[in-house]
Amino acid sequence: MQRSRFPTPPESPSTGLDVAAPIPAPSAKRVPFAPALPNPSEADALTRAQAGDHHAFAQLYSLHKRRIYSLCLRMVGNVPEAEDLTQEAFLQLHRKIATFRGDSAFSTWLHRLAVNVVLMQLRKKGLSLISLDEAMEPVPEEGPGRSFGAPDLTLSGSIDRLALERAVADLPAGYRLIFILHDVEGYEHNEIASMLECSIGNSKSQLHKARLRLRDALRMSSHKEAQP
Amino acid sequence: MSEDPDKMRCAEFQAQLPELIGSGADAAAHPHIRSCELCRALLADLETIAEAARQLLPVEDPPEELWEHIESAIKGETSQSNPGPTGPIRLN
Repeated sequence: MQRSRFPTPPESPSTGLDVAAPIPAPSAKRVPFAPALPNPSEADALTRAQAGDHHAFAQLYSLHKRRIYSLCLRMVGNVPEAEDLTQEAFLQLHRKIATFRGDSAFSTWLHRLAVNVVLMQLRKKGLSLISLDEAMEPVPEEGPGRSFGAPDLTLSGSIDRLALERAVADLPAGYRLIFILHDVEGYEHNEIASMLECSIGNSKSQLHKARLRLRDALRMSSHKEAQP
Repeated sequence: MSEDPDKMRCAEFQAQLPELIGSGADAAAHPHIRSCELCRALLADLETIAEAARQLLPVEDPPEELWEHIESAIKGETSQSNPGPTGPIRLN
């Protein structure tokens, strides 16, 4: 069996960063972690933090802690680990913040830094290698045929957020990773393929399988709720 | 349940879905979708899931003490390179 590997995050020629390479300008697709407009207080705090102002850094933490922690938590599905990763992400930010040059939105840059921190941790633990391999392997019962279902069990067109959060948390780690990166966080398949060192086709295929699993889980959940 | 030939057509169509959905093409306009209720439902569900995922917002705050840990680690790092007294920083 060939094992997939998470690559060392790409370096940025312009900044020399190893974990927070600026990603290309947002494509036509939504980039949910990039604010539509620059935040003046963030811009001011960023400038001051880059000059070594610790109070400004604390302000940046306050502005971004929820987004970064939620990202870590969703990616690893484990509270203590998510806290450790959030801490590591902000420590990395502190070390690298002076190198941020504004090639992308700061929130985009920080988000990518945090994703890379999580991926590096998963690679260190070897957890991702197993889980991603599992995700990459075809599972016979998950072939297209499994999706044939009674029409009365289809989703109603709206999904309860908590049910979706639960179903995502229950996904195998490899599926969850790709689903979170693509559908929740808005990365493109070429970016995910680069981060996970897999082909774009693999990324698309695994995303599709993740959605199929979610569909099964959500249908089961809604079927249970419908029962008296 | 569909007959075998229909199943094959469904399987072939569903095998194309990963590419189709992410390509920007209108999967709903595919000829198979117009004639197959099951695949139409499947496509609708997958699109609903993708749309619902886009609406998921960051909902969790880290514990308050996490900042203290981060601040302590930062001080540990900076004191090695630039020793000097600093007090705790209060978050707004």
